[in-house]
Amino acid sequence: MNKYTEDDLREELKTQEYEFGFYSELDAETFPKGLNENIIKAISKKKEEPQWMLDWRLDAFRIWQEMEEPEWANVHYEKPDFQAISYYSAPKKTDPNKTLDDVDTELLAMYKKLGISVNEQKRMNNIAMDIVVDSVSVATTFKKTLAEKGILFMPISEAIQKHPELVQKYMGTIVPKTDNFYAALNSAVFTDGSFCYIPKGVKCPMELSTYFRINEGGTGQFERTLLIADKDSYVSYLEGCTAPARDENQLHAAVVELIALDGAEIKYSTVQNWFPGNAEGKGGVYNFVTKRGICHENSKISWTQVETGSAVTWKYPSCILKGDNAIGEFYSIAVTNNHQQADTGTKMIHLGKNTKSTIISKGISAGKSQNSYRGLVQVHAKADNARNFTQCDSLLMGNACGAHTFPYIEAKNKTAQIEHEATTSKIGEDQIFYCNQRGIDTEKAIALIVNGFSKEVLNKLPMEFAVEAQKLLEISLEGSVG
Amino acid sequence: MLKITNLHATIGTKEILKGINLEVKAGEVHAIMGPNGAGKSTLAGVVAGKEDYETTAGLIALNNEDISEMSPEERAHKGIFLSFQYPVEIPGVTVTNFIKTAINQSRKAQGLEEMSAKDLLQKIKEKAALLEIDRKFLSRSLNEGFSGGEKKRNEIFQLAMLEPKLAILDETDSGLDIDALRIVANGVNKLKSKDNAVIIITHYQRLLDYIVPDFVHVLYDGKIVKSGGKELAHELEAKGYDWIKKEVSSL
Repeated sequence: MNKYTEDDLREELKTQEYEFGFYSELDAETFPKGLNENIIKAISKKKEEPQWMLDWRLDAFRIWQEMEEPEWANVHYEKPDFQAISYYSAPKKTDPNKTLDDVDTELLAMYKKLGISVNEQKRMNNIAMDIVVDSVSVATTFKKTLAEKGILFMPISEAIQKHPELVQKYMGTIVPKTDNFYAALNSAVFTDGSFCYIPKGVKCPMELSTYFRINEGGTGQFERTLLIADKDSYVSYLEGCTAPARDENQLHAAVVELIALDGAEIKYSTVQNWFPGNAEGKGGVYNFVTKRGICHENSKISWTQVETGSAVTWKYPSCILKGDNAIGEFYSIAVTNNHQQADTGTKMIHLGKNTKSTIISKGISAGKSQNSYRGLVQVHAKADNARNFTQCDSLLMGNACGAHTFPYIEAKNKTAQIEHEATTSKIGEDQIFYCNQRGIDTEKAIALIVNGFSKEVLNKLPMEFAVEAQKLLEISLEGSVG
Repeated sequence: MLKITNLHATIGTKEILKGINLEVKAGEVHAIMGPNGAGKSTLAGVVAGKEDYETTAGLIALNNEDISEMSPEERAHKGIFLSFQYPVEIPGVTVTNFIKTAINQSRKAQGLEEMSAKDLLQKIKEKAALLEIDRKFLSRSLNEGFSGGEKKRNEIFQLAMLEPKLAILDETDSGLDIDALRIVANGVNKLKSKDNAVIIITHYQRLLDYIVPDFVHVLYDGKIVKSGGKELAHELEAKGYDWIKKEVSSL
């Protein structure tokens, strides 16, 4: 029998007439490349989704087809071929024959520097974990505690089935399908992500992290996260991992929506360390993310991000300060080295009265990289007494990199108070020599200076994350000063 | 302890040091004086290993070991400390964190374990008391927003914490009022011992009223043109550097 290839399958897909029957036969781990309505139907079928979800996806797909890839960002890259991507990959299973000896030694060395446990290393490389009582009990206790408080925390696909009323009520309300090219694409094809609901008045007793999410099969290419904090609740959510993620998927387009109802507080922390490409600028992930939250009356959303990975980053975690007295915060460290490009920042949209926002952005550029801050502070006509404070600091290492700042300020209310501070500095040879003279070698000196520069943001991260993030900054900049 | 033999150094194509000979023994305090542009700070920089300078001839030996090819941090690990004329700011890095890093890097180079938090704290307490330093000062960012006096006291505090064999004080008196000068000088005097040595680089005699040198050297046009005891400093103060210049040109 001739080998049945992906090309054959693609041909067949083009000519398939009946809608679902074929796909139930299809038990492939990975879908054929390309994107069309049939692929979206197949994704929906795989996920056993209700009809409304499929309709929603198809609508997004139609919108996406009408859209053009944006070009306004200060990044240059070869545009992805959307027909050359496979849009579904089954969660990776652990390979019983694989051991840590099969893992790239360079990667293992990196784990060691980051102080990542052996079990964690195995998890990240899809190696079956040893049965450790601790980790099992942690997970169990974790699940139990959350259930007692009525907190829902599960993969988004599970939520679509189990809590359709919540998903239907909120999904796409903050980042609509029509929002932008990548958000539309994500809406059509997302296969993974988290759903979280904190009931009224509940203070989530622990940091929620994707690490603890049960039944999680690695991070997806098109992630979709929906987090709802009901009235007067509190949650701190951690996303990402400090370990380097060598993903073969070149394009990542995630959507995150946060809803803080009256009096609620959401703290959302991210460490992004996707493969940045090699020193020559080959390979690396394109990270095009839409993150946005809405703050109702007296509520607060705080975004904290440490971005060290990806070849190209395009990301603006934002807050819509809809209710009176709402607070939005954005704390960011973006590191670019070698040929990396980052265009990142935030949008603070002041709609309610007495709304406040704070933006602290720290950009660090080394090598031949380009690092841009892009931010919008918008005060609408009815937003009396809105206040914003923005501080953008750039640190340059060497002479071949670039730092750029694109702040946009729009105020339509005379009572608005908006402050913007910006600095650009360079790690000086005199600073390095000063450290050297005290016995501190150049690599360590740079780490010290960079950590000092980033301190205001690092302090906003949950403790254990902050320590890892600090190490990550050091590793990302290794060898950046010759 | 330190032996400099026929040291020549250039910056770019310009020769700054033109054959320096100097020997400093343990327990001694040497003062190097001279007019602006004589090469005083260059000498300090070359001994500490600053890369802006190129050593074209000569030897620098510390305890009979040639250090002239070593990196600045290796020299620091061997016990050389330079108190900077213009200490740099490192925003966001506290004085304590900086000193902790410096101590542990040196310990690491010597194959020792990191200093425990308890020991470090004890040492900080002790040295801060010795130098009359308010410990609140230690949680501020290194040199950021420090007054001239605070910067120099911070240098001496680091000297106290790192306990080097040889301390080079480069124009430590510049920019200090008389009270700050006395505090800094007292600090240095308290840290002096028979096992370490101090080189004071200064333009004026006034610091030497507080830290009394065993030897005074006059540096002029890249060479040590005159050496003597502490009375030489007074003579310079009275007669000015023109006297030296005339004496040199008449040779």
